[in-house]
Amino acid sequence: MDENNKLQGGPDVCPGKRKQLDLQTVKEQIEETTGPEYWRSLEELAGSDEFREMMHREFPKGASEWLDAFSRRGFLKTMGASLALAGLTGCTKLPLTEIVPYVKQPENLIPGKPMYYATAFTLGGYASPILVESHMFRPTKIEGNPDHPASLGGTDVYAQASLLDLYDPDRAQNITYMGDVRSWTAFTEAVRGPMAAQKGIAGGGVRILTQTVSSPTLAGQIRDYLKANPQAKWHVYEPINRDNVNEGAKMAFGEVVETRYDLSKADVIVSLDADFLYAGFPGNTRYIRDFAAKRNPDAEMNRLYVVESTPSSTGMKADHRLSMIAWDIEKVAKSLAAALSIKVGDIGLRPEEFNFVGAVAADLVKHRGSSVLVAGDHQSPVVHALVHVMNDALGNVDKTVFYTDPVDANPVNRNQSLHELVEDIRGGKVDLLLILGGNPVYDAPAELEFASALKSNAIALKVYLGTHSNETAELCQWHVNEAHYLEAWSDARAYDGTVSIVQPLIDPLYGGKSVHEIIAILSGQTGVSGHDLVQGYWQKQHMGADFESFWRKALHDGWIADTALAPKRAKSELARLGLSEVGMLGTGVRPRDLFELNFRRDPSIYDGRFANNGWLQELPKPLTKLTWDNPVMIGPAMASRMKLNFKDVVELEFQGKKVKGPIWIQAGHPDNMVTVFLGYGRTRSGRAGTGAGHNVYPLRTSQAPWFASGVKLTPTGETYNLASTQGYQAMETPDGSERPLVMERDLEEYKKDPNFAKEGETPKELSLYPPVDYSKETYNWGMAIDLNACVGCNNCIVACQSENNIAVVGQEQTLKGRHMHWIRVDAYYQGPRENPKGHFQPVPCMQCENAPCELVCPVGATTHSSEGLNDMVYNRCIGTRYCSNNCPYKVRRFNFLLFQDWETPQYKMMRNPDVTIRSRGVMEKCTYCVQRINESKIDAERNDTVIEDGKLQTACQQSCPANAIVFGNINDPNSAVNKWKAQARNYSLLGELNTRPRTTYLAEVRNPNPELKTARSAG
Amino acid sequence: MATNTQIPVEVPIEDQRAPVIEPGHTFSTIGEKVSNIVMKRPVSLGWVFGFLVMFSLTNMLLMAMGYLFLKGTGIWGITIPIGWGFAIINFVWWIGIGHAGTLISAILALLRQSWRNSINRFAEAMTLFAVACAGIFPLIHTGRPWLAYWMFPYPNSMNYWPQFRSPLIWDVFAVSTYGTISLVFWFVGLIPDLATMRDRAEKPAIRRIFGMLAMGWRGSARHWHRYETAYLLLAGLATPLVLSVHTVVSFDFAVSIVPGWHTTIFPPYFVAGAIYSGFAMVLCLAIPIRAVYSMEDFITMRHLENSGKVMLATGLIVAYGYGIEAFMGWYSGNTFDSFLLWNRLHGPYAPWYWSLLASNIFIPQLLWLKKFRTSTFWLWVISLIVLVGMWLERFIIIVVSLHRDFLNSAWGMYYPTKWDWMTYIGTIGMFLTLMWLFVRVLPMVSIAELRTLLPEAHVHEAEEVHK
Repeated sequence: MDENNKLQGGPDVCPGKRKQLDLQTVKEQIEETTGPEYWRSLEELAGSDEFREMMHREFPKGASEWLDAFSRRGFLKTMGASLALAGLTGCTKLPLTEIVPYVKQPENLIPGKPMYYATAFTLGGYASPILVESHMFRPTKIEGNPDHPASLGGTDVYAQASLLDLYDPDRAQNITYMGDVRSWTAFTEAVRGPMAAQKGIAGGGVRILTQTVSSPTLAGQIRDYLKANPQAKWHVYEPINRDNVNEGAKMAFGEVVETRYDLSKADVIVSLDADFLYAGFPGNTRYIRDFAAKRNPDAEMNRLYVVESTPSSTGMKADHRLSMIAWDIEKVAKSLAAALSIKVGDIGLRPEEFNFVGAVAADLVKHRGSSVLVAGDHQSPVVHALVHVMNDALGNVDKTVFYTDPVDANPVNRNQSLHELVEDIRGGKVDLLLILGGNPVYDAPAELEFASALKSNAIALKVYLGTHSNETAELCQWHVNEAHYLEAWSDARAYDGTVSIVQPLIDPLYGGKSVHEIIAILSGQTGVSGHDLVQGYWQKQHMGADFESFWRKALHDGWIADTALAPKRAKSELARLGLSEVGMLGTGVRPRDLFELNFRRDPSIYDGRFANNGWLQELPKPLTKLTWDNPVMIGPAMASRMKLNFKDVVELEFQGKKVKGPIWIQAGHPDNMVTVFLGYGRTRSGRAGTGAGHNVYPLRTSQAPWFASGVKLTPTGETYNLASTQGYQAMETPDGSERPLVMERDLEEYKKDPNFAKEGETPKELSLYPPVDYSKETYNWGMAIDLNACVGCNNCIVACQSENNIAVVGQEQTLKGRHMHWIRVDAYYQGPRENPKGHFQPVPCMQCENAPCELVCPVGATTHSSEGLNDMVYNRCIGTRYCSNNCPYKVRRFNFLLFQDWETPQYKMMRNPDVTIRSRGVMEKCTYCVQRINESKIDAERNDTVIEDGKLQTACQQSCPANAIVFGNINDPNSAVNKWKAQARNYSLLGELNTRPRTTYLAEVRNPNPELKTARSAG
Repeated sequence: MATNTQIPVEVPIEDQRAPVIEPGHTFSTIGEKVSNIVMKRPVSLGWVFGFLVMFSLTNMLLMAMGYLFLKGTGIWGITIPIGWGFAIINFVWWIGIGHAGTLISAILALLRQSWRNSINRFAEAMTLFAVACAGIFPLIHTGRPWLAYWMFPYPNSMNYWPQFRSPLIWDVFAVSTYGTISLVFWFVGLIPDLATMRDRAEKPAIRRIFGMLAMGWRGSARHWHRYETAYLLLAGLATPLVLSVHTVVSFDFAVSIVPGWHTTIFPPYFVAGAIYSGFAMVLCLAIPIRAVYSMEDFITMRHLENSGKVMLATGLIVAYGYGIEAFMGWYSGNTFDSFLLWNRLHGPYAPWYWSLLASNIFIPQLLWLKKFRTSTFWLWVISLIVLVGMWLERFIIIVVSLHRDFLNSAWGMYYPTKWDWMTYIGTIGMFLTLMWLFVRVLPMVSIAELRTLLPEAHVHEAEEVHK
């Protein structure tokens, strides 16, 4: 190697004049050779100037020019090679290049100080307003925008985890034509001809397929194009859509409207299969905030009734939950309407259901104007129409329910729209097809056979814009790598219509293009940047004089003022007529002997778009705590009847199509019903998503997008292990005793005995050691978690993972129980398995005052700080795991193997620079975000003040949309955490162990309807 | 004791029992017989074959350890909540086995149980090898074994000491002290025999090696005097260690708050268990060795029977420990303790708990019967069962206690991997490799001490007393 160096000359070679090498070439060269030769060739490679030049580019064009989703083996091989290369550079002379510090430091940039930018993340067309933390122009963390009414600081799991997508090394990194790398110019050239030809026939052969669009700029661009080319067509498809919602609105109002709720004024909430407290439901972040705020038992507490099919976290929070198959929920809606004196057709309900409906109706009537009914997106249009009518009859409209114009810019029926497109393709009418995002080859309704339609040679030009080379990209000639939303300009509307400008925080890592730029090319505008397009649109919209300050304010705040869609009085004809017509509309009689098949979006990876996102794949789903997989979910009664157990693999047969999947028996799941989850079984996703779980889209048709009868279940005799992070979910132990882990009472009992939760508390003097005196310290940290507010939304887990650089360990390690989350949300069930009560309990490190872990560490690697923190010293840890054994809360996490990815350059950019990356053999755990504490302390000390209560937030607290977590200084008598801890409901988990945890819980209080004797009734 | 000048001491008093040494031996026959195993006996094919098997198992251990250092403890089955698995089970098991040697050498020497003389050497060697096997585990079970020396208090630039409140630090001291004293005790005991070997050696090289090891022993009265004094002092030193080592090991568990670990009965119950398994291992090795090397004259049925009795007694103490644990689970009314009992009896590891009860409590009760106590076959089978049982006991204590502790949400299961098994079986291989070498290289029974068992030795003594 040294010889080579000499031969090839010193460092003064001008790299620009030589052929550029990239990782792809290296990889190919490596793959061609094997064994000893392989290593030798590496050294040879290292000697060449091209190679050194490549190594010295700051980010080797990165992992950049990986063309295809390569095999895991190939990946490891290449990674192994780059490891070796890293060693080689160590003994190679560095070229003499000058390193110049900022001569003029960019404005506001203080190295080590992050900056925050407001932007928005979009899912299903709905924007989540976010603030992105940026270290030296690298986005490192996503938080909710505290000033935006749709967020108030909270976010959802998808928005937070989308950061990982930005740095996903499997992202498409080039524009390709039939798999070969092409330039942007080549693409524009290639499109120009056909586009010009289309001009002649008014765009008759042009079809644009998008996902849900709420971006005013994009909608404007497409509409402009359609105006110029009236024969071109815009189709919209997304597998998780609101077709039923829109059809229901049409039924009730004759037009599509957006329904928005104000839960802060709702005393009685009735959910008909609506999981409005989990990510994916439009406005969920705000709804969680408003819902949780009304769960305070010391004030006026709301009451939640949930009638649902597939159990959801919303159902688990309900004061009364009725469990039934999805089909029957329409009957409940009808009888509820009947009980509210709305004329509907005749319905047969079982007595317990009838009691339930009667009590709910009475409660609703009692709370006219302060109640709300919410229907789930997957419920039938009839249910939606009935809900509109009932909300109207109860006088809730304009009090708790508001109607506006739709946020969706093109609210066509998604299935119908895609049908039309496929018909046109089959009819040979399509010459040029642009698929802008989405993955219809994977997720289109099965009967369309979209893949075969797309393969059609009749389409002259097929262009796909997407971040990943996925199933759809594979079948298109051109694949333009899409810029991530953190790399590109755009705009989008939040659930209330408020427009946020989506501003980039980083230059596209791989030169990706945004959807705006593609549409601009269609319209013949070349060389227009996304920024100009978005700004141009708003320049036209802006009426006032000072556009510059308007624009700056919009970017700074994260939204454009006064763009929220104004409530309008949607007049329901049906409400006046009575609902007999709608009532009769029902979906007919369900054959009783067949099981009902339900499709649901996956709580973690949604429709499959997040399949390659390790944070989300490993995020335990709120009820099952499953990771990396989708189960075939059935209820306990059905399981025992069919002699099915966990791990059993069954074959589902529906309309001739078959899919295999492992059984999960879910407490509270209705009998005679099967739920499957969308999004898994991807074939071209990336190293995390490809091959995980089973694909159920082949069973899903546009006739039955959400549920239908007639699925057959056959055991296959095979078994499969599902990786759940919580193997045991009952508070009752198998020996029949119950542990007081989540303390809970009904409101009436609580009023009688507010101190019920304090049973296990021990007196302070119980330790041999004198208590440490913290009164002289400025700070004495503590946390309280309100179990009544927590809705199990999982936000804290993702926030913590992102803030603290927590590793993703993969399915195999999760199966062994080695997941690394510093905070987990335990889900417990209580009562009959057919319809249990559910509890969520977030468990971070308790930071015990008498910490059992500290006592047993032989090297003193975990010690108490002067401010009461239980610190973990990674450098000192030798990994005996004794601390974890002795931790009664089992919140410590051990690096059994090298779990952190130390190699992938993209991940190096993503990590929080304030938090150590842990290596193998070291214990880790929640630190109360000590890096945030120290940052705030330094700031405060510089200003000669103390940290103001509420200014310093831990990552979990910050992300919590329910405000269920409060953290602060116990030494400050006025701090929020002190006030919470002073509440009667405050208790220590496992308090009888005398660990004196600093994290305490506020006990749960439910507010059942006294008229309903049993809080739970099985369907 | 020595009142009768005519008749050898032991025989008439306890004529019912087998003698500790068969009649017909003289000082020289003992020396010849024992040293010939090392000096004269040809290396048999069986020995070579056995050695190769054991040596390859040792290499498997090295391989497993190499991979462990390369990858991390994640190659094992341990997880959260079961942070300790095979490594700690094996550590406690081996340390327990390592109790018999010193107990036999030191405590029985102090109690003047002269029957111990023919088995102490080899029990001590076994102890050393067992402690060596045990010592591997605390080192390799750490996440970062290259930093395990931080557990020792040594002056360092970090200006940081170990955390002395942690039982693991106590362990470091207890085990290293025990290992050192055992080694010194064993070596001091060996010196007269090494001299015998030197004197009997025919090849100069071998004579030279034994000569160096014998440290100039000439067998003078002064030598003997100092030797006896040193030996007695060391016995006195080693005696408390026998009790302290496993007491300290039990603190690893008893000091914690894990249900199933946090009990005050652990120290005595662990010590008894250790002696139990130690004697089981002695029998397990003595019975075949005695047969192979025709040592029936020196390791007589008396020794085997006595060992059986010790096992019976310590086994009953262990049974009492189990009983108290179960009783406390019920009597305390503590929900975690009572669940622990339930979980042992009915939980996912219940078959192992029942096997433990069978092999440690029920089956060894056969030793009440003389027929089993005096049958080498049955003794061997029972001691093997006890060894398995004592391993299971540690498995139950460690794994079953950890896998379902306080929070239902954090329960888990433990599945050992092939690397766990390779490491465990590898240490057995290493242990036997060392034993294999030991019997061929050093006198496996103490020639000098055996000679004191002969009537000749006692006659002189008796005559002196009579004068």
